[in-house]
Amino acid sequence: MTTNQIRVRVAEVETVAAQIRRLKLVPIGMSGLPDFSGGAHTILSIPDGERTLRNPYSLMSSPYDTSSYEVSVLKAAESRGGSAFIHDKIREGLPITISAPVNLFPVDRRARRHILIAGGIGITPFMSIMRQLEHDDVPFELHYGMRSQERGAYWRQLRETYGHRVHIYFEDQGQTIPLKTLLDGQPLGTHVYVCGPSTMIDWVLNGARDAGWPAENVHYERFSAPPPGTSFTVELARSGKTVPVGPHQSMLEALEAAGIDAPYLCRGGACGQCETRIVSCAGAIQHNDHYLSDAEKAAGDKIMICVSRVDGSTVTLDL
Amino acid sequence: MAAAMLSRPVYPGLVPDMHAKHNLIVTEGEGAEAVLDLATKTSAEFFARTTILYCTAGSAAKDHETALAKLNPKHLWVLPSLPTVMFRLKGVLATADMGTRLYAAGTEPFIGSVIQEALAAGIDFKSVVTEHRGSAKRRVQCVHCKGMTENVTTNPVACSHCGINLFVRDHYSRRLGAFQGVIIDAEEPGSAPPPEEIYR
Repeated sequence: MTTNQIRVRVAEVETVAAQIRRLKLVPIGMSGLPDFSGGAHTILSIPDGERTLRNPYSLMSSPYDTSSYEVSVLKAAESRGGSAFIHDKIREGLPITISAPVNLFPVDRRARRHILIAGGIGITPFMSIMRQLEHDDVPFELHYGMRSQERGAYWRQLRETYGHRVHIYFEDQGQTIPLKTLLDGQPLGTHVYVCGPSTMIDWVLNGARDAGWPAENVHYERFSAPPPGTSFTVELARSGKTVPVGPHQSMLEALEAAGIDAPYLCRGGACGQCETRIVSCAGAIQHNDHYLSDAEKAAGDKIMICVSRVDGSTVTLDL
Repeated sequence: MAAAMLSRPVYPGLVPDMHAKHNLIVTEGEGAEAVLDLATKTSAEFFARTTILYCTAGSAAKDHETALAKLNPKHLWVLPSLPTVMFRLKGVLATADMGTRLYAAGTEPFIGSVIQEALAAGIDFKSVVTEHRGSAKRRVQCVHCKGMTENVTTNPVACSHCGINLFVRDHYSRRLGAFQGVIIDAEEPGSAPPPEEIYR
């Protein structure tokens, strides 16, 4: 839903590593920004010609300072326009719109101990999480892997701030996170969190399962950008409207472009807010989300319109 | 009776988690039969990494310890009462690690006590594998005097502390390991319906 939008100004733009930019956002016309907890994200609305791209970015600034928000953006190799705009066009002073923060990656406050595992730009949610854990005086350790010294962001400052609790691994120096050693023998009440590339998340989830960890103590955040595909048409059963979806557009973006206020929260296939019932479908459903179970995906009567699409002519939705 | 309540626990039954490095099974009375049934769904290797704490004082104990010993668990501790089992459980959990899976089988108050210890040790209640066996008796907390009444089989029931006639609700507290009991005849003292034995 496009409610809870906040106008902010880009107060600082800084290149912090190869292909990674940090933005500092300050409120326009209000004294502070909404409260958030470590691990929360906001959705930036990015103008792109006729259309508006809306991308989720983790808040990396301190939850105890809401005079501004900070996010970091990696320029995607095959950008749909969002990260490219932020890297090429955003200047200090530019006003933009963001959503109120939502947290789909909170820490479990019952935990006795937290193990944080980050890969590359996946460090960002842990930046605010570590501020919170430090404030709450809860034991934690960070294991942060990156391609190289040049491509990794914030590792120097993290080492300085958190000392021996931060463990850094450079891939080009042959260093890898010792996952098995890390997970074996941890005391009850330990929780592990992972954010990074999809392959890394799977590696940690499988590693935790093999180490005998219960699923309740394993947390991850996996945002996907809506993958491109072929054009198709969405028919809305309730309103009778027909909306075309372009090859580089998601269904949600196409509906928004047509002036329809469809439900969403994360726009990355993670939260389940945009779950929509399929009335009929002429074509194959391409489920790209991490929310529906395999059985639900196979049943084919629900779709997450933020990332999933149809390879075919028409899909009729209960909207 | 009250409508279905979200806090009412469900006990899906014992299913082996073959990924766990150690298993800790806590059981009483007829709960031992759930463990014997579990044995038909798994291997001897499972029990080779399993510690069993067995409470004989549970409902209808009938020399289940001999049958449990035949499963060849890594350790079998046979203990006489709920407090002795909970004391041992606390000790075992104090040194357990994240590769440990906890199982509980028996009556509802027994499972509730095991979950209380699990929560105190940092285990999420959803990670505890449970099966209800034996009596449907309940542990009930009087919301008025806060006293716990054990072995409740009727509804209503008189609070064993303050004597008030309590309506036993399905409203359950994991923290207390007990159901909620609320006065049934507040408006007209003495008008409580006769107790019905429904939690046998």
